[in-house]
Amino acid sequence: MTIEQLTDPCDSFTLGPLEAGPACCDPQPVIEVKNLSLRYHGKLALKQVSLDIYKGCITALIGPSGCGKTSLLSAVNRLTDLIPGCSVNGRILVQGRNIYDPDENVQALRRQVGMVFQKPTPFPLSIRRNLSLPLHEHGVTRKAEVADISEQALRDVGLWDEVCDRMDSAALNLSGGQQQRLCIARALALQPQILLMDEPCSALDPIASGIVEDLIGRLRGRYTVVIVTHNLAQARRIANYAAFFWVSEHAGQLIEFGRCQKIFESPRHELTAAYVNGVRG
Amino acid sequence: MHDAARKRSLRKLRENAAQCVIYSAVMLVSAVFIWLLIDLLRGGLSHLSWEFITELPRDAGRAGGIASILVSTLLILLVAVLTAVPVAWMTAILLAEFVATGSWFGKAVRFSLYVLAGVPSIVFGLFGNAFFCVYLGLGFSILSGGLTLACMLLPILASTAEAGLRAVPHIYRLTASALGLSRAAALLHLILPAAAPVMAAGLLLGIGRALAETAVLLFTSGYAERMPDSLLDSGRALALHIFDLSMNVPGGDEPAYASALVLVSLLLCINILAMKFAYGLQRSKLMP
Repeated sequence: MTIEQLTDPCDSFTLGPLEAGPACCDPQPVIEVKNLSLRYHGKLALKQVSLDIYKGCITALIGPSGCGKTSLLSAVNRLTDLIPGCSVNGRILVQGRNIYDPDENVQALRRQVGMVFQKPTPFPLSIRRNLSLPLHEHGVTRKAEVADISEQALRDVGLWDEVCDRMDSAALNLSGGQQQRLCIARALALQPQILLMDEPCSALDPIASGIVEDLIGRLRGRYTVVIVTHNLAQARRIANYAAFFWVSEHAGQLIEFGRCQKIFESPRHELTAAYVNGVRG
Repeated sequence: MHDAARKRSLRKLRENAAQCVIYSAVMLVSAVFIWLLIDLLRGGLSHLSWEFITELPRDAGRAGGIASILVSTLLILLVAVLTAVPVAWMTAILLAEFVATGSWFGKAVRFSLYVLAGVPSIVFGLFGNAFFCVYLGLGFSILSGGLTLACMLLPILASTAEAGLRAVPHIYRLTASALGLSRAAALLHLILPAAAPVMAAGLLLGIGRALAETAVLLFTSGYAERMPDSLLDSGRALALHIFDLSMNVPGGDEPAYASALVLVSLLLCINILAMKFAYGLQRSKLMP
């Protein structure tokens, strides 16, 4: 971003015009959230959310803390199963399949829908083992194949040159940004179609955050990315679509969903306008 | 001005007094330990020799060594640990990983473990005698003693292992699940290795406790001082040997001191090992 863009007087935003990537011309829903309500110990946390996530696009979930963005994210790969007291009503279709069907193979679903957490979460193992452990678990056991996939995943996240000569050293010795890229690589190695990201940059310093953000931008088109972020500028830079959530009556609700540009520049709902302009939230 | 200075000096005095009290308490605790150690060393060091470790006891333990007693002690410990560890650790895994925190089942199991931990060892001895020696017909034997000790070890091993497993950050479980790892795989490859140092420290503490146990073994493993031929033989544990020498054998004080010295050195080694494990855990980067 150049200085002129930053100081453009015509721009009502502080961080310059929207630079979201190519608009997805033919939106094709790959995740369909239908009337989803989510409760923790009977207390409503997310109320009646319906939302389509389009294939190959980056969709940002924005809104203040506690409005259920992360809950929605973990409902998409059924990580909610692991949260005590969490119950989900409604349906989520991933590629037309209801993932809350009792017959759903959750392990296969989670291979198809990868997740990256807020804090980098490498396992306390070597870099190599971090990548090979999930692969082994999914039946990829041939040594050469595992090595090839690991290298490809590390190259995809731009980490290969930094770690290729110390693959057997502890993953926890990497810097925060490198750890987060390793986590993304680990998810990519399973060749998912969808990648859920829960504030993947918020625990990183600005430079590492920038690198990870560029990486997420490059995932567009190859993967369907759903990203929770509190960084509105980041959402504007990388997302094609944005969903704005707000808390009302102690439960999170989807207020507005649409093309990122629209949400930021001409929101329909006044709450959205207030939030994206920094008046509220 | 003058008033403020006086207040300051008063506060300083109070601080110093508090420090004095704390330091003297620490000194007192250390002094007891050091006094005990010096006493043991003075009484037993002259009697301690390689022969004392390797020879069989003669003349009710007044002469000879403690070889058979060390072997019996080791066998009793082995039986206790080999029986208690699988049961206790599986209980811990169940409680920490598979049972919901607030469920009545988990609460009931944990409560019974607490009760078990609080039972005086003499009661365990009576129970072991009635159940293993008499009811199961194992008699006074190393097996009876080991199994009774195992019952005593259960709560220590289970609760330390559960604490260790719970200390593993929950995010590892979430991450492993998010990558499609099965719970068994996550447990085997991530959670157990991460909890291993705590579990090992718990095991060592348990062994230390078992090593020092007297009352339980008096009722269950008996006090025959000969070299045991099988697990069904009666065998005398080290702590029991010390008790017998000092209570029932006139002139047995020196070997009693020497045996106590051996016992305390063993306990010291085990405790240092346990501390090393706990320290290693603190230093390792497992816990962010």
